[in-house]
Amino acid sequence: MISVENLTKRYAAKTAIENVSFKVNSGEILGFLGPNGAGKTTTMRIIVGYMPASEGSVRVDGFEVFDNPLDVRRRIGYLPENPPLYLEMTVTGYLRFVAKIKGVPKERLDSEVTRVMERVSVSDVKERIIGKLSKGYKQRVGLAQALINDPPVLILDEPTIGLDPKQIHEVRELIKELAGKHTVVLSTHILPEVEQTCHRVIIIDRGKIIAVDTPQNLRFQLQGVERVHMEVDGPVADVISKLKATPGVMDVHKLTESDGRCRLQIEGQLRKDIRSELARTVVQSGWGLLELQSATMSLEDIFLKLTTAEEEGKVGT
Amino acid sequence: MRNILAIIEREMRAYFSSPIAYVVLTIFVFLSGVFFRTILAQVMQMGLISQMQAQQFGPRPMDMPGMISRGFLSTMSVILLFMIPMITMGLFSEEKKRGTIELLLTAPLTDLQVVIGKFFAAGTFFLILLVSTWVPMSVLYFYGSPASGPILTAYLGLLLYGLSIIAIGVFISTLTENQIISAVLSFGVIMLLWLVDVMASQAESTSKEVLTYLSILSHLDDFTKGVLATSHIVFYLSLMLVALFLTYRSIDSLRWRG
Repeated sequence: MISVENLTKRYAAKTAIENVSFKVNSGEILGFLGPNGAGKTTTMRIIVGYMPASEGSVRVDGFEVFDNPLDVRRRIGYLPENPPLYLEMTVTGYLRFVAKIKGVPKERLDSEVTRVMERVSVSDVKERIIGKLSKGYKQRVGLAQALINDPPVLILDEPTIGLDPKQIHEVRELIKELAGKHTVVLSTHILPEVEQTCHRVIIIDRGKIIAVDTPQNLRFQLQGVERVHMEVDGPVADVISKLKATPGVMDVHKLTESDGRCRLQIEGQLRKDIRSELARTVVQSGWGLLELQSATMSLEDIFLKLTTAEEEGKVGT
Repeated sequence: MRNILAIIEREMRAYFSSPIAYVVLTIFVFLSGVFFRTILAQVMQMGLISQMQAQQFGPRPMDMPGMISRGFLSTMSVILLFMIPMITMGLFSEEKKRGTIELLLTAPLTDLQVVIGKFFAAGTFFLILLVSTWVPMSVLYFYGSPASGPILTAYLGLLLYGLSIIAIGVFISTLTENQIISAVLSFGVIMLLWLVDVMASQAESTSKEVLTYLSILSHLDDFTKGVLATSHIVFYLSLMLVALFLTYRSIDSLRWRG
């Protein structure tokens, strides 16, 4: 549905994104994950045709965004990071205006506005002035605006930012319901959001894509640096040196030590389960194996890992 | 077309849901009333003097309604100079500040439609101001019989003058996120185009001609006298088009800079 190729955006002083390429399949929810200033908003703004790229191309439903901007924009509903609301208007008045500029035919105007208001449950405030609404309602009106004219693609920039937990939950549920019928790209710097809502994740940092995968695979990939926690009853120095010599083990850290027992964190090779090897080593040496546990990393860890790794790379070069 | 109308409609609603429209309208109507009264009194005095002179030197014809309308409508050009920046100051700057510009620039609209919509929205409000001057003007028709020709050309002149100032204001509002800066800057630029007249009176030969041509006000004189000259119409239309073209380019650059 969306294909982004070698996208680069340079400003006078800095490069916002560099050589970004990815595809989004029809009906998929793609999460765009990265710290602030990573280039998420820039990428989205280029996709929706708000700003042109310095290099590269974006195709939405076969239309190139620079060559056929109107064809692309007709297919996209876009919620910018700050919902573009006219605060002096009523909810209905605002959505009617959006429907008009999005080319909803006159006879469908009222039904379309009613439909989106029901979809995001703002019908109860439809005659209220937008400026007087709560943050959560404003966000939903922003979402309603993106849904007008039922575009096949939705681009949502930080859709849950500034909402309270209940509202966040509601918005996420809404996004999940929208998938299938719509192709959704959403950006966030909140990790559980991606795990909960997205089919696929792109991790972006300093304008470059550093990982693309499903949340599950990403977790597995980094689990490849198999991390195991153990508690062993035995002489600490011996235990550490013996375990370090075990095949597949890359590193051993001591976490705590008391009464001749120690808690260790072991890092093994990529995608290799070293737990049985570790158990055998400990038992054969006659020590007590008190605990052995695979330390599953959350996506949050992965994310931190990825960005720190990148940073170290930069320092090195 | 429907897109443009939607923008104009939204902009008009915005004018009338903020105090700006009411303040501008009130001040404008009040000032035009005061000026009309002052000019009326002046012309009446001149009438009395000429009546006394007529007793000595014989009667001389005097077009009193014409003098009043001419004086009144050229005064309007001064008041409009102050009012129009108030109408145009928020057109783009407010959209930039609130981020709603992102809605307009990602909707299936061309940039040209956005620019034209904004321009006509301010133009519509300006028309309301112009129409309001018919309240004092109707007094002339009620108590006298002014020649309608010069009045019509004067209104055409004011319309062209106002629309070209609006175009400048629209352009300047794309340059900043701050309404006040937008208004002050517009006012400054228009004032400069106005003061060119004064500079022209001090200049000589060619530079005098150039400066006189550039003066936004000198082109209005002939209209108020009832003269309809193509060169003046061309001047205002080209000023308008240049300013609108600059607006269009400014939005394009806004996109590139993000």
